[in-house]
Amino acid sequence: MKYVDEFRDGALAKNIAANIAREADPRRRYHLMEFCGGHTHAISRYGIADLLPANVRMIHGPGCPVCVLPAGRVENAIQLAQTQGLILCCYGDLLRVPAADGMSLLKAKARGADVRMVYSSADAVKIAQENPEHQVVFFAIGFETTTPPTAVAIRQAQALDLKNFSVFCNHVLTPSAISHILQSPEIRLLGVLTLDGFIGPAHVSTVIGSRPYEYFAEEFQKPVVIAGFEPLDVMQAILMLVRQLNQGRAEVENEFSRAVTRDGNVKAQLLVAEVFELRRVFEWRGLGPVPYSALRIKAQYADYDAELRFQIPEVSIADNKACECGAILRGVKRPQDCKLFGTVCTPDNPVGSCMVSSEGACAAHYSYGRFREAA
Amino acid sequence: MCLAIPACVEELIAGDSAIVNLGGVRKEISLALVEDIAVGDYVIVHVGFALQKLDPEEAAQTLALFAEIGGAAPK
Repeated sequence: MKYVDEFRDGALAKNIAANIAREADPRRRYHLMEFCGGHTHAISRYGIADLLPANVRMIHGPGCPVCVLPAGRVENAIQLAQTQGLILCCYGDLLRVPAADGMSLLKAKARGADVRMVYSSADAVKIAQENPEHQVVFFAIGFETTTPPTAVAIRQAQALDLKNFSVFCNHVLTPSAISHILQSPEIRLLGVLTLDGFIGPAHVSTVIGSRPYEYFAEEFQKPVVIAGFEPLDVMQAILMLVRQLNQGRAEVENEFSRAVTRDGNVKAQLLVAEVFELRRVFEWRGLGPVPYSALRIKAQYADYDAELRFQIPEVSIADNKACECGAILRGVKRPQDCKLFGTVCTPDNPVGSCMVSSEGACAAHYSYGRFREAA
Repeated sequence: MCLAIPACVEELIAGDSAIVNLGGVRKEISLALVEDIAVGDYVIVHVGFALQKLDPEEAAQTLALFAEIGGAAPK
């Protein structure tokens, strides 16, 4: 496929790897966090870690929306799905996330709840149109990439005057999560986690642009390189970060210039601003409550807000005590540091959310990297 | 979750939508989030919506960058 295959070329990968090896200073260490689950997946799938010198280490960040969604919100959705006559629509990634007592939306479906996997928010609107006698709730999650399509769905439902469609909104914001990590005690006080630079999100940045990251580069003096999700994109971004660090620079650079501009997609931003507003605080799995890090539906679209329509309660569910998802999402621990990894917790039977989504650090390491260290 | 794929726009259809070709698979997507899309453009498709138009010149420049021989080793 054009714009995919050429960004996976093996010969070019070797060239970039040679450049990184030549330019990385053996006297220092480079701790680079890839924020996005998409990058985590690419790094594991294409074996990028094996192409890097030992002193360049990738740290997985919390940018997997399935992984950071607290179990309480999944429990809310499961309870909602069990409401008589209600159809709950969600993206496929959410179906297997475990909530209380190992229950998931998929198990609820097996027990008779009407849970439907949709490819697009527009499909949920269509289901509502086709089932006027049923309440249809779209369980919306995701970062800035997935938020504009939800905004379009709400506007569409309004235009169609649908009385049976609403959205259970769990959309979260990338910049607040990066801030939160940079200000975390592990970095500021305990010093157990060193972060020298960030690989910035690909598709989130097509929407928000590169401008929002300028604050991190300036305020925290950390270089940020926005990169595409193909393996060569990730490697080039690592090279660009090594160069910035060698030269003592902390700037925002854009490797994904074929799709990301400084201002981003203004049309999508305006739509999101029209339908959503900031939540004062939202709980993230692994990070805890993060101020101004998520969106809720504005009062003028309250008719489409499932939280109001069904009076969804606040539910808090503690993670399994042995599960290290929290520390892994903060970059403090690696999947193989968790006792449950690969034994009790596998992609077929996930205990924590990082094992559910293929973009989660644990699932990526399980699928592509778990035999690396033994070899 | 944030996965998105570049796809070629083959046909503009009613309702601010288009038919795209994703490596041989034809699919209807929404153009509600983008502007000025023409047949032959490549767009980044995410959950059935075009998020952004791909810039072919920038893509070519990035590919050229991959092939460059890097700078000197640090002193």
